[in-house]
Amino acid sequence: MSFLEYAPAPESRAILNLRDRYGLFIDGEFVDGRGTPFQTISPSTEERIAEIANANEADVADAVAAARRAYDRIWSRMSGRDRGKYLFRIARLVQERSRELAVAESLDNGKPIKESRDVDVPLVAAWFFYYAGWADKLDHAGLGANPRALGVAAQVIPWNFPLLMLAWKIAPALAAGNTVVLKPAETTPLTALIFAEILQQADLPPGVVNIITGAGDTGAALVQAEGVDKVAFTGSTAVGRAIAKQIAGTDKKATLELGGKAANIVFDDAPIDQAIEGIVNGIFFNQGHVCCAGSRLLVQENIHDEVVERLKLRLSTLRLGDPLDKNTDIGAINSKEQLERIRTLSDVGVAEGAERWSAPCEIPENGFWYAPTIFTNVQTSSRIAREEIFGPVLSVLTFRTPAEAIAKANNTPYGLSAGIWTDKGSRILAVADQLRAGVIWANTFNRFDPSSPFGGYKESGYGREGGRHGLAAYLSPAPIGQTALTAGRGAAKPRLETSKAASGDLETAAARPPRSTRTRSAKATTKGSKK
Amino acid sequence: MSRLAVPKTYKLYINGAFPRSESGRTSEVLKADGTFLANVAKASRKDARDAVVAARGAVGGWGGATAYNRGQVLYRIAELLEGRRAQFVAEIEDAEGVSRAVASAQVDESIDRWVWYAGWADKFAQVAGNANPVAGPYFNISVPEPTGVVAIIAPQDSSLVGFVSAVAPALVAGNAVVVVASERYPLSAISLAEVLATSDVPKGVVNVLTGSTAEIAPWLASHSDVNALDLVGAGDLDWMDLEIAAADTLKRVLRPESGPDAAAPALGRISAFTETKTVWHTKSLR
Repeated sequence: MSFLEYAPAPESRAILNLRDRYGLFIDGEFVDGRGTPFQTISPSTEERIAEIANANEADVADAVAAARRAYDRIWSRMSGRDRGKYLFRIARLVQERSRELAVAESLDNGKPIKESRDVDVPLVAAWFFYYAGWADKLDHAGLGANPRALGVAAQVIPWNFPLLMLAWKIAPALAAGNTVVLKPAETTPLTALIFAEILQQADLPPGVVNIITGAGDTGAALVQAEGVDKVAFTGSTAVGRAIAKQIAGTDKKATLELGGKAANIVFDDAPIDQAIEGIVNGIFFNQGHVCCAGSRLLVQENIHDEVVERLKLRLSTLRLGDPLDKNTDIGAINSKEQLERIRTLSDVGVAEGAERWSAPCEIPENGFWYAPTIFTNVQTSSRIAREEIFGPVLSVLTFRTPAEAIAKANNTPYGLSAGIWTDKGSRILAVADQLRAGVIWANTFNRFDPSSPFGGYKESGYGREGGRHGLAAYLSPAPIGQTALTAGRGAAKPRLETSKAASGDLETAAARPPRSTRTRSAKATTKGSKK
Repeated sequence: MSRLAVPKTYKLYINGAFPRSESGRTSEVLKADGTFLANVAKASRKDARDAVVAARGAVGGWGGATAYNRGQVLYRIAELLEGRRAQFVAEIEDAEGVSRAVASAQVDESIDRWVWYAGWADKFAQVAGNANPVAGPYFNISVPEPTGVVAIIAPQDSSLVGFVSAVAPALVAGNAVVVVASERYPLSAISLAEVLATSDVPKGVVNVLTGSTAEIAPWLASHSDVNALDLVGAGDLDWMDLEIAAADTLKRVLRPESGPDAAAPALGRISAFTETKTVWHTKSLR
């Protein structure tokens, strides 16, 4: 018996009180959807969990209308103090029901319970707690006094961190005074629907948050819906690009968190034990279903063999299996489609001449699984070094000098995150300066915090989530004449008679057509729907 | 007997040099009364692409310069503008058909806005950045960095102040720019380029194209090596199509502005073309 053989220690599912069918959460109530319902399954067993309503365009319109009503009549008139208190309530309710949420997340998503329990759900509570305190302090968000909410936010989130992405989206939106229509991913709607029950327990006014389920077409309808003022999307760069096109020519603002192909750079003086753990955490956390995953390992050439050897040893000790088992390190791949994509790209890696090594672990009979895998001898031009695999697959490349490491790290259309491992502080700061990425972890990886802005450069999207920056993404400065900030304080004193610009932000200065004149918006919507 | 004037040839400004358009084309610029004022180079796709190459080459040095240095270089431009005040006033009087007082006000405002933005260079990061109190033993800081190469469609209804108001904020954060000057009033932009060429702004940091905005803008909007697109002066173009083209490489886009407050001085014009970088570092006594 090896030291790896533990008795099973599954977390009990008895804590769950799931319904057999879930409707759409619109205007504070669960209602039937008018599309064809679908089943959500557990990716570790392929067993059905529940039937989920499917929102069609009319349902989307209802949800947006409910959000608009709630914005006009309640949420935009409520004091920041009271908005904050609702968010604090939600944070506490999430904490109270944290185990239930963690079990549901692992069941529906396939991620190990130790991650949903110790990372996802605690961060969800932290996110609401952090933004709750901002609700009555918006004057300090960096946009000058009396910033305005944008209105109705359409939010579309991915399946890799279902509840955490919900928190990233909803918490700042509500704190800033917006109302929300959120669409969780098709394969992971469960925790969002439990969250809707939490909103009922919190007595959040109806329509302030609406949660509609469905596939990509539901999301597209939501993004293009009339009456949406802000679009926030996390997902693939391809869909992000489509959204940017759909909202072109409109007044809609966007935050896009898209793909990545992060370089994790290991110098030869790195604290090697920590680096090995960091590399493993960087790419095998959440089965590699992480947009900021450290999927390209750049190792200084002289320590390449040692690092790869130790990585293989470490990966051989990872336990793959039942996501609800407290000992599990690697859970299930979220869906059959994603598993296919991982397999396809992995085979491409072999075909392009890279060497594949997979951890020797037993793969369960049912469900979707992929053993932790390392590719060595990878060329920079190889698809596994360029494309986002979004799975537990690491491509190892080498470099000789810091300049080469930086050049290779930046040689990608993405720019979401990067890692640097070295004991030399000055080198960390110099390399961090040169990397074109929005989040850089030095001697650590995959850390998240509600106070810390997160988001990409280049084709990894735009806008930031988290921190003051994430709050500002849901605000615009006060209109001209309605701010305490006058030209004397913020801007060059205008001498042209015509120039009455205040300081603050761009929107102040922009002479925008009123919301009602939406000819371009209508045109864009038509265009988008043809795509 | 009055002296015969020596008119100036207005050319493009690319990579620190003043080429004619490679296409050999020019456009007529007319005075307010419709009489001939000058010919300007009518930039082509190739000129636009050359300008992007120049900007890409310059962005590392300019963005990597210290903020203090950028501030001084930008302030120096204001000094030079002040020295050439009379030239710009005369040019604007001619081109826009306005009184000397109105033209002077435009030049004064342009210089003052330039000074305002120059002063932001070494303060902007303090206002836009953040130390983040994360729940763990980490040093965590967010700082703004330049987005990269910014293509700008300058405001159409002024010679100088619109151009300055769009270009200066993009430069403050360390971007390199390719600007399409006002189609109707392009002359001051080229005269400003002559100021830039004799100041300390490195070549390629500012590139100025003249000619048809409708013809040049799509090439810039779809160019993969352009990181951001300022459509401030594109209100009369089919700017929705430009924004759609820009989405192919997820460029940051500022939408058109119109009216007297277009491109008014604002911190938001600086931050629009910056990226927030957040760096985490472990803390330990070991």
